[in-house]
Amino acid sequence: MAEKVLFLVFAVPLVATALGVLLSRNPVYAAINLVAAFFCMAGIYVLLTAHLIAFMQVLVYAGAVMVLFLFVIMLLSLGDESLVPGPSKRAMQWVGVAGALAVAGVIGSAISRVGDGAAANVGGAFGTVKAVGRVLFTEYLLPFEATSLLLLVAIVGAVVVAKERI
Amino acid sequence: MAPLSWFLYLAAILFTIGLAGVLLKRNALIVMMSVELMLNAANLTFLAFARQNGWANGSAIAFFVIAVAAAEAAVGLAVVIAIYRSRGEINVDEVRALRE
Repeated sequence: MAEKVLFLVFAVPLVATALGVLLSRNPVYAAINLVAAFFCMAGIYVLLTAHLIAFMQVLVYAGAVMVLFLFVIMLLSLGDESLVPGPSKRAMQWVGVAGALAVAGVIGSAISRVGDGAAANVGGAFGTVKAVGRVLFTEYLLPFEATSLLLLVAIVGAVVVAKERI
Repeated sequence: MAPLSWFLYLAAILFTIGLAGVLLKRNALIVMMSVELMLNAANLTFLAFARQNGWANGSAIAFFVIAVAAAEAAVGLAVVIAIYRSRGEINVDEVRALRE
């Protein structure tokens, strides 16, 4: 019971702030809404006993990635998005809404066939740094090293693309 | 734990909001934020199934998703800055060609 209440405590603000990202016209408001959404998401991860991922969510997403977003928004000094698009664009927007709702219907019908069942009993070590680290450094060692290479390539690529003259 | 389907429906709602953002918004930065939202929804699904079945792999996969999302944000924002330099706008409806 307490877990259901806690789920709603995190899930309702999560959906509200996610909608805030969609509905706010000022990019800075959208970014702040997204930071709040990431914090709520970290709470949901804790309910799923994924403590390490919840911690990384706050550290990497709400910290590093969103600072990068805010930095770029303020660097470009963008104004509000124009309120009224042209008539043809508005028609395209309705097509977009219909497409998103169609995808939601497909996902929803798939989820409705997943039985709830009783959750597995997991020990106290589930989702901790020790348990996840053991999996990462044994079963997923090659993908883990590939990730380090990917991040290095991303750093170099970002510098090369964004800099005017090397 | 709250029922599995609650987490899955929450992930579906977030994914739909992110998809709507990608389809409807014209500011490239907000489109990228919506992509981050969709990646988070995928992460939530991974972790919910992992918790339900007691798999330890779920957190490892979520870890890789976070790393890829960080790399995507870094390169994507660099591209946004480069486009802004050459055109003075980042409206995804107007930016159609890679060349100037």
